[in-house]
Amino acid sequence: MKAKVAISKASEGASGMTGMWRIKRPVMDEGKCNKCLMCWLYCPEAAIVRGKDGRIWITYEYCKGCGICSEVCPTKVIKMVKEV
Amino acid sequence: MILTGNHAVSYGVKAARAEVVAAYPITPQTQIIEKLAELIAKGEMNARYIRVESEHSAMTACISAEACGARAFTATSSHGLAYMSEMVFWAGLGRFPVTMAVVTRTLAPPWSIWNEHTDILAQRDSGWIMMMCESAQEAYDTAIQAFRIAEDERVLQPVMYGLDSFSLSHTAENVDLLDQGVVDGYLPRLDPSKLPVYIDPDRPITFGNLLGPDRMMEFRHLIKEAFDRAERVIDEAAAEYSKIAGRPQTGLFENYRCSDAEVVAVATGASSGDVKDAVDGLRDKGVKAGMIRLKTIRPFPGEEIKEAIGGVKVVATIDRDYSFGFGGILGRELSAYLSGDVFRYIAGLGGRDLTIEDFEGIINGALQRAEEGKGDAEEVWWGLKEVE
Repeated sequence: MKAKVAISKASEGASGMTGMWRIKRPVMDEGKCNKCLMCWLYCPEAAIVRGKDGRIWITYEYCKGCGICSEVCPTKVIKMVKEV
Repeated sequence: MILTGNHAVSYGVKAARAEVVAAYPITPQTQIIEKLAELIAKGEMNARYIRVESEHSAMTACISAEACGARAFTATSSHGLAYMSEMVFWAGLGRFPVTMAVVTRTLAPPWSIWNEHTDILAQRDSGWIMMMCESAQEAYDTAIQAFRIAEDERVLQPVMYGLDSFSLSHTAENVDLLDQGVVDGYLPRLDPSKLPVYIDPDRPITFGNLLGPDRMMEFRHLIKEAFDRAERVIDEAAAEYSKIAGRPQTGLFENYRCSDAEVVAVATGASSGDVKDAVDGLRDKGVKAGMIRLKTIRPFPGEEIKEAIGGVKVVATIDRDYSFGFGGILGRELSAYLSGDVFRYIAGLGGRDLTIEDFEGIINGALQRAEEGKGDAEEVWWGLKEVE
């Protein structure tokens, strides 16, 4: 007999579509981004993705809109825009 | 070996080869942890001692240790237990088989350091198996059995056991210690693969994620079933331990001279020896008295006690605890199982001394109330003084 406990396995979206919680959306001006990766490093939800080609983008399905990426961005290219 | 109840627990935990001991060292911590720290520092015990910043963190460290597959122990008391409470529930509902000794003490205010059982009983719905020890010897024996019960695959729930402060925790008596080889045979090393909460670094999992209303009841029911099975596991653990130790052990409860009894007292913890003395004294005077000593409080052995004393006319319960607006916790709980009158006594709150004479008085008082045809509607606060 194997006792059962509630567990979750590491997988994309294991905690659900947390993007639904967002009030403000981070919007990145890709043209001005210098690819320093500070936002990618600081994002508590790993909602910022680093593509193989070096491109950076935000997955809005999971981004909770906490604004940390906008705060830490040294070039100030991430603006928080109210969701409508 | 001459040991206090506290040190008896320490040596029991050492014999059980606990691998992690986490504790907050300031008051209300006890000598249980002091002795363990000493044994580990001297290299007599091979365990990791984690000094944390609070009881809340102590239990968190124990939970995490179990998730790493290590046998974990902590001890606390009164306000420390209250502060730990959130993580006590995490251990119980998360099914981490930690064991913990609780030196039972009165919760403030007014400030007190003396004995009462309300602190441990306030944790009774946390998913822990709960026991109360009668003697330093039983504290040592229980420290070892607790791991076996907690880690049994049919149970996998944490176990806490109480020691009455001072009358048990700080009172020295002769304690027989078992040979390490004998304990090792009784309690094999914890096999992490049998732990559902074990985190294998190669198969990462997390606990405590959000669970919606559609599944929660089912997980609660799994714990209910574990507690149903635990009664048998506790009895087995006691029976096998009595074989290796050569001393009788109590699993769920102790039946003391109840078979032909007309009046039975029900109590728990270190005062039980005095209740038994009162029973013996009354027997010498021709009163057919008996006693039920509750060793295990969760799972509550109500059906088993009903079977043992269901026919007894007069039952007197003695609670060293209180639930405001409800009554003595154990007396009220037992009443739910018994059909006859149960005379409920509240005694020894805040560490007020209870003697053999008090217990004789309680048992005689219950008999008298039954004779006068007084029902069991009112509880009696034994020895209550006028408030000026």
